[in-house]
Amino acid sequence: MKTIEARGMHYRELNNLIRKYYQNGIKKFLLKGVNGQRYIGSGIKGSPHLTIEGTPGNDLAAFSSGISIAIKGNAQDAVGNTMNDGKIVIHGHAGDAVGHSMRGGRIYIKSYAGYRVGIHMKEYQDQIPVIIIGGKAGDFLGEYMAGGVIILLGLDVEKDEELLGSYCGTGMHGGVMYIRGNIPSYKLAKEVKTASTTEEDLDFLKDCLSDYCSIMNLDLNKVMAKPFTKLYPYNKRPYGKLYAY
Amino acid sequence: MNLNYTTPEFIILRDLQKCNNCGLCVKNCSFEAHYYSKHQRVESNSAKCVNCHYCVATCPKKALAIKKHPLEFRHNSYWTESAIKDIYKQASTGGILLTGMGTDREYPIYWDKILLNASQVTNPSIDPLREPMELRTFLGTKPGKLELDKTNNLSELMPPQLELQIPVVFAGMSFGSISYNAFKALAIAAHKAGIYFNTGEGGLHKDFYEFASHAIVQVASGRFGVNQEYLENSAAVEIKIGQGAKPGIGGHLPGKKVGEEVSKTRMIPLGSDAISPAPHHDIYSIEDLRQLIFAIKEATEYKKPVLVKIAAVHNVAAIASGIVRAGADIIVIDGFRAGTGAAPTRIRDNVGIPIELAIASVDERLKEEGIRKHVSIIASGGIRNSSDVVKAIALGADAVAIATAALIAMGCHMCQKCYTGKCNWGITTQDPELTKRLDPDKASQRLLNLLRAWSLEIKEMLGGMGINAIESLKGNRLMLRGVGLNETELKILGISHAGQ
Amino acid sequence: MLKREGQIRIPSGCAISGVMDKKGRPFSGATIINSISVMRERSNGLGGGFAAYGIYPEFKDTTAFHVFFDDKIAQGELENQLKKYFKVIYKEAIPIRRVPSIKNVPIIMRYFVTPKIEKIYQTNLSEEDYIIKFVFNVNTHIEGAFIVSSGKNMGVFKAVGYPEDVGEFYKLETYYGHIWSAHGRFPTNTPGWWGGAHPFNLLNWSVIHNGELSSYGSNREYLKQHGYQCNLQTDTEVVVYLFDLLYRKCNLPLDIVCKVLAPPLWDEINRMPKNKQQLYKSLRAIFGQALLNGPFSIIISTNEGLIALNDRIKLRPLVAAEKGDMLFIASEESAIRAVCYQPDKVWHPRGGEPVIGLVETSIRSNINLKEASS
Repeated sequence: MKTIEARGMHYRELNNLIRKYYQNGIKKFLLKGVNGQRYIGSGIKGSPHLTIEGTPGNDLAAFSSGISIAIKGNAQDAVGNTMNDGKIVIHGHAGDAVGHSMRGGRIYIKSYAGYRVGIHMKEYQDQIPVIIIGGKAGDFLGEYMAGGVIILLGLDVEKDEELLGSYCGTGMHGGVMYIRGNIPSYKLAKEVKTASTTEEDLDFLKDCLSDYCSIMNLDLNKVMAKPFTKLYPYNKRPYGKLYAY
Repeated sequence: MNLNYTTPEFIILRDLQKCNNCGLCVKNCSFEAHYYSKHQRVESNSAKCVNCHYCVATCPKKALAIKKHPLEFRHNSYWTESAIKDIYKQASTGGILLTGMGTDREYPIYWDKILLNASQVTNPSIDPLREPMELRTFLGTKPGKLELDKTNNLSELMPPQLELQIPVVFAGMSFGSISYNAFKALAIAAHKAGIYFNTGEGGLHKDFYEFASHAIVQVASGRFGVNQEYLENSAAVEIKIGQGAKPGIGGHLPGKKVGEEVSKTRMIPLGSDAISPAPHHDIYSIEDLRQLIFAIKEATEYKKPVLVKIAAVHNVAAIASGIVRAGADIIVIDGFRAGTGAAPTRIRDNVGIPIELAIASVDERLKEEGIRKHVSIIASGGIRNSSDVVKAIALGADAVAIATAALIAMGCHMCQKCYTGKCNWGITTQDPELTKRLDPDKASQRLLNLLRAWSLEIKEMLGGMGINAIESLKGNRLMLRGVGLNETELKILGISHAGQ
Repeated sequence: MLKREGQIRIPSGCAISGVMDKKGRPFSGATIINSISVMRERSNGLGGGFAAYGIYPEFKDTTAFHVFFDDKIAQGELENQLKKYFKVIYKEAIPIRRVPSIKNVPIIMRYFVTPKIEKIYQTNLSEEDYIIKFVFNVNTHIEGAFIVSSGKNMGVFKAVGYPEDVGEFYKLETYYGHIWSAHGRFPTNTPGWWGGAHPFNLLNWSVIHNGELSSYGSNREYLKQHGYQCNLQTDTEVVVYLFDLLYRKCNLPLDIVCKVLAPPLWDEINRMPKNKQQLYKSLRAIFGQALLNGPFSIIISTNEGLIALNDRIKLRPLVAAEKGDMLFIASEESAIRAVCYQPDKVWHPRGGEPVIGLVETSIRSNINLKEASS
């Protein structure tokens, strides 16, 4: 384990240090005093493990393929932007556009996440990205979603708060979302269908959530005790009838 | 022998190999351009053809085609074919030339010399298919202030407004000039689309009272069908001063078009001419307009907005200002390309100004006077497509009115013979046989399709500009650039040239 | 030749930060400098600035004009005008320290003035409108003079440079105020102009802005009808004028002003109870052209407090936090953490949902603070 004191350090310097040590065989890093540095973990070939203390900046692990990051704190906007593989665990909340265009890997968020989470996430062959949000989510959850899985738990949502913002799944044409609890229909985009979960869905959820719960220190049974609503798109081509030929 | 100088405009081509002599074209053509010969062969008389395409569209064998007649005059850039033919026509009849629809002359089309903006990098374009995109528009007088009580509720309600789901309404077309079925199609479509249709000056047939909440009823110089009940069965009342196709001109519906239903609706005797005087004979000055506006407001208990429609003429900006001060809630400005059921050709082709310039100058003038914010402007007269709508609003209109585009959606082929009452498509006719050809349900569906398509396109254009509510397009001339326009034109339009 | 900003319109992106003490206790400008400097990546050195409130307690009842001059001629001309319309209580050069990155420094002055009563009577204007008229006149007609701010017990400090350098340049760590806002600018072209940096100010209103207003053309036309001249050609100035118009002149409560600028979508309005539907319909119908469209996060400040607002569909970032009586707002959470390591509460306001922090003694606060910040 290599500890790096990142306070006041520019992101280029920080990422260069990680790259250098990683090439020298160090696999685990503890980054202390992080505050606002962007792109942490980007451009590192291989699969190092970073533990971050503080608040990493935007585009955390953008374009990454296989890095593993745990954040002891909150994350900002565009976590895991266009990430291909790897795992990001946030022991706090995250900002907007988490997992934008993500094609593989996992992002776990302990608390809430902002607007446009999972926007245009997609899957390809055996790459199926997963985002799990422990708290609530903002508007446009799963916008343009073309593949992958979003699970929204709403665990720390207060009575007067809403689990989910508006325009959920607008433009969704692939993938699936599981929302723990009920959703008023006005929050759902016209492209989205709802269903109750099947045995198969529940097995899949249990599989995903057991990892999440053990990391976040949660009781899996309690989490699974409340029914989930499944959201999936009507079809792969929602805009087929839009044009005049 | 009495020599006819008028030569055919079109030539009907019949593919004799395909034609099976079924005679449908003979039966269908109200202009009698097809007939049975002595030998019971179907033949055509090109001289009678108006090129409305009805026979072509309905021929079961697709055996017909119509072309411009190949007969040419010796080329002359000044004495053109139409100039010569007009003289023949007048020399043989001694009459005023009459025509239908909007002018077909080559005047500058400013819409086509204005280009729209789009976002790149510094602000994101918005995808209207997925993110909300709002076109809802309110027309009516806006108060300068809003009084709220302690709990932030309104202390006083807003003056009455027309609420449009798309910033488009149907322009005035009377029952009389158009058929019962065409009128009905417009009413159904307006109702379903959440917009408004306009009765023109022909009254509102009782059958259409069910659509009253989407009706703008017109009070024109002839006052046909106007009474308390008529005013009540409406969403708003429009005082028609003039129309773009024939500014300063009255009109008349010939008695032969005044059948039983038209007679009932207009409340005039069967078969009598319905004459609309050129001016309102109770408005000879601006203060008289105020008198009429408030007469209508009193009669409708201030529950309905009052529109005033004028043709775009040279000093349209000053006139518009006067109309606002006279108490109108909405001004309708009708450009010189506007259509009509019948107009003297010379008037149609030579009077008025382009709507693009009229919108810009009215908007600017009212802003200078600080009164633009209180009033709404509807622009009309030749709006052809959704980009014309977007440009009109960016120039300063609140909404547009369409009529020609709506008629084309219902099947009009722009033959310009509306005034004959023989419309083969069943649109501008009162002949029960011809009227039957237009199915109001199908026609209204076509209108709805057109409105849907335009609203989708408008949303795409707004999204491209990074705007998600139509309010932010209004008067936003920064979104426009001119191409190939001179300094004066750019100045009047209030836009920069492309590249600036 | 490159056109000066103000003659053409320049889109720009940015970083914003705001801090206030709700009890009105003053603190040093060092805090806001530390906060904004974390977001250096969001600006490009072509504009930085600060608005500070409560910094001139000894002159709190006079209007403080902060002014840039290109030369002594412009200064002379403005001072002549000032003498004509105002009583100048005190004037001085704003103290600065040399910072290598801040170049082309204009003459920077401040004047503490009170309007001449007899002149106000002659014009028949309110004191505020009298000052506005003067500011517009100077900024439009006196070449080489630019009034940067015109409020009471407040001032705007801005320059071409990174905000932390601008803060150092103006020695802001030596000022103590209860409300501060800061801006780092990222204009897309032109060398940047001192007057074009944020905050923009009029009377006590200051605005900093991240994003671009696609509705600028519409907003500008609307304001023109109400006598506001948008002479800077920058989208941000419309926000200042709209606040002045809607809050001061139309007398709308602050939260309603925010709902005019970023109204609920029709979908949401349709679900409201009847009385609220009527209210929002009217707001949108009457003030439609005041709607701010396109991506923005803004912080508006006055002596009474601080308001942060996002566009309706949240196209720009905004984070808020509280610690005791302190309220923090910034484009990024790290900018808050830099000056408040452990906030009591951090939240991401929803699009169109204002964060309103009011100084507890403030007068026209017909809004429930708790509700506004939830």
